[in-house]
Amino acid sequence: MKILVCISKTPDTTAKIAFTQNNTKFASDGVQWIINPYDEWYALVRAIELKEKDPSTAVHLITVGGADMEPIIRKALAIGGDEAIRVNAESHDPFYIASQIAAIARQGTYDLIFTGKETIDYNGSAIGGMVAELLDLPYISLATKFDLNGTTATVIRETEGGEETDEASLPLVVSCQKGVAEQRIPNMKGIMGARTKPLKVVEPAAAETLTSIVSFELPPAKAGVQLVAADNPAELIRLLHEEARVF
Amino acid sequence: MSVLIFIDHSEGQIKKASLEALSYGAAVAAQLGTTAEGIILGTVNTDLATLGKYGIKKIHQAADKALDALDAQVYAKLIADTATQSGATVLVFSNNFNGKAVAPRVAVRLKAGLVTGAVALPDTSNGFVVKKNVFSGKAFGHIGLTSPVKVISLNPNSYAIKEGEGAAEIVTLSVTPPAAKVKVTAATQATGEVPLTEAELVVSGGRGLKGPENWGMIEELAKVLGAATACSRPVADAHWRPHHEHVGQTGIAIAPNLYIAIGISGAIQHLAGVNRSKVIVVINKDPEAPFFKAADYGIVGDAFEVVPKMIEAVKKLKGIA
Repeated sequence: MKILVCISKTPDTTAKIAFTQNNTKFASDGVQWIINPYDEWYALVRAIELKEKDPSTAVHLITVGGADMEPIIRKALAIGGDEAIRVNAESHDPFYIASQIAAIARQGTYDLIFTGKETIDYNGSAIGGMVAELLDLPYISLATKFDLNGTTATVIRETEGGEETDEASLPLVVSCQKGVAEQRIPNMKGIMGARTKPLKVVEPAAAETLTSIVSFELPPAKAGVQLVAADNPAELIRLLHEEARVF
Repeated sequence: MSVLIFIDHSEGQIKKASLEALSYGAAVAAQLGTTAEGIILGTVNTDLATLGKYGIKKIHQAADKALDALDAQVYAKLIADTATQSGATVLVFSNNFNGKAVAPRVAVRLKAGLVTGAVALPDTSNGFVVKKNVFSGKAFGHIGLTSPVKVISLNPNSYAIKEGEGAAEIVTLSVTPPAAKVKVTAATQATGEVPLTEAELVVSGGRGLKGPENWGMIEELAKVLGAATACSRPVADAHWRPHHEHVGQTGIAIAPNLYIAIGISGAIQHLAGVNRSKVIVVINKDPEAPFFKAADYGIVGDAFEVVPKMIEAVKKLKGIA
């Protein structure tokens, strides 16, 4: 079996969010970059677990990004996976990125393609669905549990205030979130081994860009908290009702 | 040229997020000088003609029970084909669970630019630019769409439902759905509760409540307010509360009108899931809790003393004995 895991990088969850060049670029100076947590903790780890159960499984990682992606993809390889492919292109357009992943997936005949639920910077939640459509494969989004029995996958996905159990045959695209797996810390053996794992760099396939980021904007600062005395919660309720008018 | 809005439903009911999407789509249509149409796959208990009051002229329906369960691939084909046949140039989805499954596929089929998580009407003064949440609610991005067809996925609780007068014409979809490749074998729904993503008021508890046995007052406060309940990550991880109540970076992101955080310190990862709330109230005994910096109202005090008094005050206000 072959699994393709989509990996992207994002600013650390505690990074300061600011913009430069007249609010058109993310201010990346001094920002620490990490593997997008949904890709790392859930998509990648679940793929590794499937390989641990069935050692004949091949786990390939794919990323679309510039040379600055390499430390991130090496870190992912330190957690697990056999080899990685970097498509040498930078884009924020989900259709362009999905087209690159689909082009690689077509060459590799993968049984399973895992993505994270979304990236924590652009919050698109679009790549999995787009890749599935480009490859004409079924797609199960926002999975909280993924099990495999032969070539049949049983997946639990989250719905509004509940969940749903789905069954589908491979090949399949799944976007993963909390519940699918648990975060793993790479060990020394993994880190050393990652250095020699194949990392193939390929040039992008021709694909259109359908969206562009025009500008960014920070939300207006909060006016500051209005504190109410602990012995007078009734005043808080009055303020919420009469001043904030939320109920 | 028209605007086509996907109407999502569950257990025979149209989701509130879809009423927001209908209102939004009607406003986009008015802005573009065209008409708004809806598409619904599957069966509901609602008289669809009444959706005209949201500004919808026509509803395309495939009233096939087999379509009550979502298969993103089947849905995408039917929606994209309908968009092409009806000449839709803008498609609107709610950015809820089903919307996230379907909208990206539809965008690919139509070679349409996609914006997910939209929070405002498009700016058409110079091109077609849509404002969306980025960086987990810490900023907004203005995304330009350059393709002839555009797909917008609207964040729940970002656009107010607008009701007027009118009845929609119902048109039966003249297509045969392809066979579903995803089989839904079970579905559970927390019945009688407001789904968290659709709730206008949310009461949320954290580790400060010390244990699951203390959730009675959280549930009661939620009940008297008509609010949904939520929790922080450590609470869900410790199985004090079900996973679907977990809000934050790794849980779900919500944007209610009121978020009351009780015994939650307000780590940056938690804030990422709730910072789009319109009003945030923090109850915490630690005056240094970071959450107070993100709050509109707060009480520095012991939740076990404060919350019962809040319940009494709400009861008195609402005349509940």
